[in-house]
Amino acid sequence: MPCPQLRALAWAALVAASASPAFAFTPGQGKLLLTGGVSSIDGAAGGGLTPWAVTGSHATGSEIGATAFFTRVKVQDYALGAYGAAVGFGDRAELSIARQDFDAGDNLAPLGLPGLHLKQNIVGAKLRVAGDAVLDSDTLMPQVAVGVLHKTTDAGALGPTLTGPLGAKDSGTDIYLSATKLFLAQGFLVNGTLRATKANQNGLLGFGGAASGSYKLQPEVSVAWLLRRDLALGAEYRAKPDNLNESVLGSGALKEDDWSDLFLAWAPNKHLSITLAWVDLGRIAPAVQPRRQRGAYLSAQIGF
Amino acid sequence: MKVHRMKTLARPLALAASLLVGAGAFAQTAPQRTGDDSLYQALGGQGGLTTLMDRFMERLLADARMRPFFKDADQQHVKEQLVLQLCEVSGGPCRRDGPDMKKAHDGMDVTRGDFNALVEVLQDTMDAHGIPFVAQNRLLAKLAPMHRQIINTP
Repeated sequence: MPCPQLRALAWAALVAASASPAFAFTPGQGKLLLTGGVSSIDGAAGGGLTPWAVTGSHATGSEIGATAFFTRVKVQDYALGAYGAAVGFGDRAELSIARQDFDAGDNLAPLGLPGLHLKQNIVGAKLRVAGDAVLDSDTLMPQVAVGVLHKTTDAGALGPTLTGPLGAKDSGTDIYLSATKLFLAQGFLVNGTLRATKANQNGLLGFGGAASGSYKLQPEVSVAWLLRRDLALGAEYRAKPDNLNESVLGSGALKEDDWSDLFLAWAPNKHLSITLAWVDLGRIAPAVQPRRQRGAYLSAQIGF
Repeated sequence: MKVHRMKTLARPLALAASLLVGAGAFAQTAPQRTGDDSLYQALGGQGGLTTLMDRFMERLLADARMRPFFKDADQQHVKEQLVLQLCEVSGGPCRRDGPDMKKAHDGMDVTRGDFNALVEVLQDTMDAHGIPFVAQNRLLAKLAPMHRQIINTP
């Protein structure tokens, strides 16, 4: 874990906690099972690929909770590892940190980049601004939260090309608005997220490009069906920008697609959840590897 | 079924009757209720709810988080109120005439964690009672909005 970001997180947590007298630093597990979501690959609590309006951990009221996660995604030609942690301040706020490592294998060997790894660090914050996703079961009003995810990318040997001729930046900030509603009587959860982003492949290929450098508003949708108190079956769809589609490498060489997944999340208790998913990451750098990247996603989260 | 609404003055009498008969709550019927009682039936009707609340109280007293709230209460009265309430919200032929939920919890500090802990104990009780998950969620959806009256402590 990179030290500056850990320090930033610790400071932010201290400031947030001390600025609000409602938080008495009591550790707690007061949320109902799974209602803090799981850890997304970006570190924010939510589904697997998209943040939700829920705050991470099982803390509620004036409790403070923490989670840590490790996620591994293996698709046909690539792999992604992610790990991180989040602190939840009751149902009010969340701070998160994550590190991703995308293993491109030897797919970019034709470009002289064998064994390339694309890495990024992500620091996130989320604030619930209205509603209660779980207990307000007599209204349609969802829980609403706003969040930011600040990402810093290290594209290794690809870096100079990425920030040079491709015109991308090596850091960027996603801003999102999420609305989560549990239809409790039906045991059915819906989340909608609108994300303003410049990220290419979630930031692993930088932010913006020579042809397109502005923020794009992207919708993301998750649904989950509670099979039991400790088991949820769901699906997600996440739209993404396509900033590098037109680049010096040729039209479509770095085209990117939307992401989707089908997931099963299991929480045997409030200290552990396991999420298994089938993901479709679409095409990734189709100039070198034209087929769609589909595969498995496995994530474990521990909570305190 | 004889139909009348319990008046405040009649409560001690009704309470005594309920202690004798065990299902005294059933005597308090609301004439205007003609809706869907499928949830009430799924919960086992009056007999099912009475047993459920007996077991619920046992579990509340055995739960370290909940025991402080119930150990000194008039547990029999609380159980009767709960049976009435669950009967009413599940579409059964009852009407709870007790104090409003805010007033009923004025004397204690209830946090969101406390509220959720009670939900968990209720879920455990319903699990042990064989009530299907779908019926459990339908009941919880009726009860959850009461958090606005019950939770009074951050």
